[in-house]
Amino acid sequence: MDNVLSFVTFLPTVAALVLALFLRGDDAVAQLNAKRLALFATVITFVISLFILFGFDASDTGFQMVEEHSWIMGMKYKMGVDGISVLFVMLTTALMPLAIWSAWDVKLRVKEYMIAFLLLETLMLGVFCALDLMLFYLFFEGGLIPMFLIIGIWGGKNRIYAAFKFFLYTFLGSVLMLVAMVAMYIDAGTTDIVQLLAHDFSSETIKVLGFNIVGGFQTLAFLAFFASFAVKMPMWPVHTWLPDAHVQAPTAGSVVLAAILLKMGGYGFLRFSIPMFPVASANLADFVMVLSVIAIVYASLVALVQEDMKKLIAYSSVAHMGYVTAGIFSLNQQGLDGAIFQMISHGFVSGALFLCVGVIYDRMHTRDIDAFGGLVNRMPAYALVFMFFTMANVGLPGTSGFVGEFLTLVGMYQANTWIALVATSGVIFSAAYALWLYRRVVLGDLIKESLKAITDLSAREKWIFAPLIAMTLLLGVYPSLVTDIISPSVAALIDNYHAALPTDLVVEAASH
Amino acid sequence: MTSNDFSIVLPEILLAIYGMLALLFAVYTGKDKLAGAITWVTAAVFVVVALLIGLGGGGSVDAFHGLFIDDAFSRFGKVGILLAGAAVLVMSYDFLDKRGFAKFEYPILVLFSTIGMMVMVSAGDLMSLYLGLELMSLSLYVIASFRRDSVKSTEAGLKYFVLGSLSSGLLLYGSSLVYGFAGTTSFAGILSVVSVDAPIGVLFGLVFIMTGLAFKVSAVPFHMWTPDVYEGAPTPTTAFFATAPKLAAMGLFARVLHDAFGGITGDWQQVLAVIAVASMFLGAIAGIGQTNIKRLMAYSSISHMGFALMGLAAGNAEGVQSALIYMAIYVTMNIGTFAFIMTMERDGQPVTDIASLNLYWRNSPAKALALLVLMFSLAGVPPMLGFFGKLAVLQAAWGAGLVYLAVFGVIASVIGAFYYLRIVYYMYFGAETDPLDKVSSPVTFALLTLSALIMLVGIVNMFGVDGMAALAAEALVK
Repeated sequence: MDNVLSFVTFLPTVAALVLALFLRGDDAVAQLNAKRLALFATVITFVISLFILFGFDASDTGFQMVEEHSWIMGMKYKMGVDGISVLFVMLTTALMPLAIWSAWDVKLRVKEYMIAFLLLETLMLGVFCALDLMLFYLFFEGGLIPMFLIIGIWGGKNRIYAAFKFFLYTFLGSVLMLVAMVAMYIDAGTTDIVQLLAHDFSSETIKVLGFNIVGGFQTLAFLAFFASFAVKMPMWPVHTWLPDAHVQAPTAGSVVLAAILLKMGGYGFLRFSIPMFPVASANLADFVMVLSVIAIVYASLVALVQEDMKKLIAYSSVAHMGYVTAGIFSLNQQGLDGAIFQMISHGFVSGALFLCVGVIYDRMHTRDIDAFGGLVNRMPAYALVFMFFTMANVGLPGTSGFVGEFLTLVGMYQANTWIALVATSGVIFSAAYALWLYRRVVLGDLIKESLKAITDLSAREKWIFAPLIAMTLLLGVYPSLVTDIISPSVAALIDNYHAALPTDLVVEAASH
Repeated sequence: MTSNDFSIVLPEILLAIYGMLALLFAVYTGKDKLAGAITWVTAAVFVVVALLIGLGGGGSVDAFHGLFIDDAFSRFGKVGILLAGAAVLVMSYDFLDKRGFAKFEYPILVLFSTIGMMVMVSAGDLMSLYLGLELMSLSLYVIASFRRDSVKSTEAGLKYFVLGSLSSGLLLYGSSLVYGFAGTTSFAGILSVVSVDAPIGVLFGLVFIMTGLAFKVSAVPFHMWTPDVYEGAPTPTTAFFATAPKLAAMGLFARVLHDAFGGITGDWQQVLAVIAVASMFLGAIAGIGQTNIKRLMAYSSISHMGFALMGLAAGNAEGVQSALIYMAIYVTMNIGTFAFIMTMERDGQPVTDIASLNLYWRNSPAKALALLVLMFSLAGVPPMLGFFGKLAVLQAAWGAGLVYLAVFGVIASVIGAFYYLRIVYYMYFGAETDPLDKVSSPVTFALLTLSALIMLVGIVNMFGVDGMAALAAEALVK
């Protein structure tokens, strides 16, 4: 299977085309067929993607399963995975069936809903597989279109504002990256990521509008990429689109957004920013780390006072992504391992939390924390599931959340003790808002009249949560599953990073 | 020698003879009853001539002592112009017929203006430049006011005529200055004068010529006429304005700048860069408040012209290539979009209010989807082909060291994305209103879907257009 990556990437698109061209009508039968076909396609995609995982040789730090074809305008169609991207591919293929299955009760325009998700899956997989700069950009930006429609058509009351904000915010961030990509293409003469990784971009100080830019081209390109990835992550202070988008998006949309789309930013840092602009990364690492800890503390505090459950979890995502960026820019093995681990773990945990909110939203059509209370009396299974993921979100040892947070904190501590100190406070804050949320929603007496008839998890919902719980536990007690795959590639990344630094910076980086 | 000259201009001559015969025939026989037949025959003739030119011999020859040039660049422009003209003609007929002004003059006027455009992209001399430009413009003035009983259409025609004449006057003034200081009107002659030492009078003339041409491509600050004319003219005319003449004027722009003033790139590069930035931003910002889709498309075209000029401003072969790619994609997108606009009607009356598209996808999911693709493509969002046009001009601008132009360009594209998104918003998640009529018009539907499909499938290999544009650019920039 030489082209397994393309096959996995475009299989959902084929399913979407089949749905679009051959499925007629909008009656109950057609809706069910649409859902079944979408679920079937995503499951098959997952099964085939297992070949990627099992065929992957973790000891090889280069790109594997590479496909390459020439394309227009000097670009290439080139796909491949390494230790950093392969798990994101798996995360995507694994979560998509669950997201589709969770949308089983959608009634409005089911066929189109499924098509949007299938196209989105292709675009997300493409982001993680692309080995050409422009191909990456194509997938990265293309994902905005289905997500814009998902929020806009199937979203909540204020969906239009949220959809526009989501689109324009991320689009603005990304076009600056596009300019940097054009500059890199003209500088290096290729858009092939593998060649660009080996290319030495200039870090000579240059003068722009009278300002001396230390790190020159690298710094400017780094900042342009940073504009895009920081918005996507999202990092403080450009995170404001996320709570809006999450609150308005339908449940499955929130799941995909939190679990996969946010990871593109982190992946971008690992794939482009650090290896291609090492000097700028070294210079700006402290700046990014400071932003990250502000995000951790600030977003956690903001989460405390939210009245909307989805908004609370959205802010919690911002805080957790703060660990990721801080881990990445601590620029050492533990930090990077932890950041990737945290992203994978957050994919399962935050996805599950949004599903938890979706479960009660489907029943009560509100997400106000005040509207709930005492759910444990009527929904014991739900209470258990919700508690499990709340704990995973807090980072309880034994769950995957702990491993990610711990590793990133270890990384941060090596880079900057003070940063680590402040970041650790986030662990306490996250316990505060998560547990308080849990107490207000689930515990206590069931006094609200409207909740007296609420029903517990259905079999379908239980089956959706089961694999998420399994993965969260498995990764929590046996993290080597992930770290064995990522560590060699991360080690190579760190080595290349240090090798690329000029001598005066190496001393500084070593002290990190 | 003379017969050779005539064989070079054979396509234009054939078209002109066909046009005059068709005119006579229609006048003496069925008049407006023949409008439909003439429309289709003219479109067919366009396609045949486009094939003849496109598949014809390569090389680069000139006729009438350099007045008329036939090279890869002019062939690229002509094929584009003819195909765009044919597409506009076939989609116009239903619209015109339904409203009772399907007159036989319409296709014939389009034909004559098309001949003018073909002369423009082939011009090798200030004389032939003006000849082509006026042949195109005079026909366009008439079809702008084609709907005689409508005040707006008449107003559009008059406005276009007055401002168009003004710009022609400026252009002529510039030409006479250039002639006076260079001593010749032929592009080759001017080039040899300016590459030694450009007299200040020639530069002065160049500025006036650029002003005249900027008017024709509706670049800021010579864009004032565009929204009014786009809005007032009948929709088929607007569709024509937005496509073929823009391509021709951009082609002429490139031709003049490189063939006649190629030696003084630095002198016009800055002017073009400023015009490009102003056009991109004005088009993007002023379009935000529009409620009329035709006005919106006018601002959209202003913005797009800014991007194409950004490519030209690079001042090298890559720049011309990128501008040509951009224009080809732009024309394709606009044909699809106007094919859609022509079918927007309620109770049989054309509507142009954007808000009337509310929840359009519930009635016509296929058309809504096609328009969605076109809108994202116009906005330059990947993976649609429109993105690759933007990418090409960005690469050209950056490659030529115009960094600020590239940065401004992408920022303008984000601002402009807002109004394209707004159309998508109305179609997909607007409020409930009276739906638009379901118009069954196979031709417009076919063009709309075709155009949207090109935007999606084109990303595989661009149908080779990038290669052709490269050949054309090489022929122009020696």
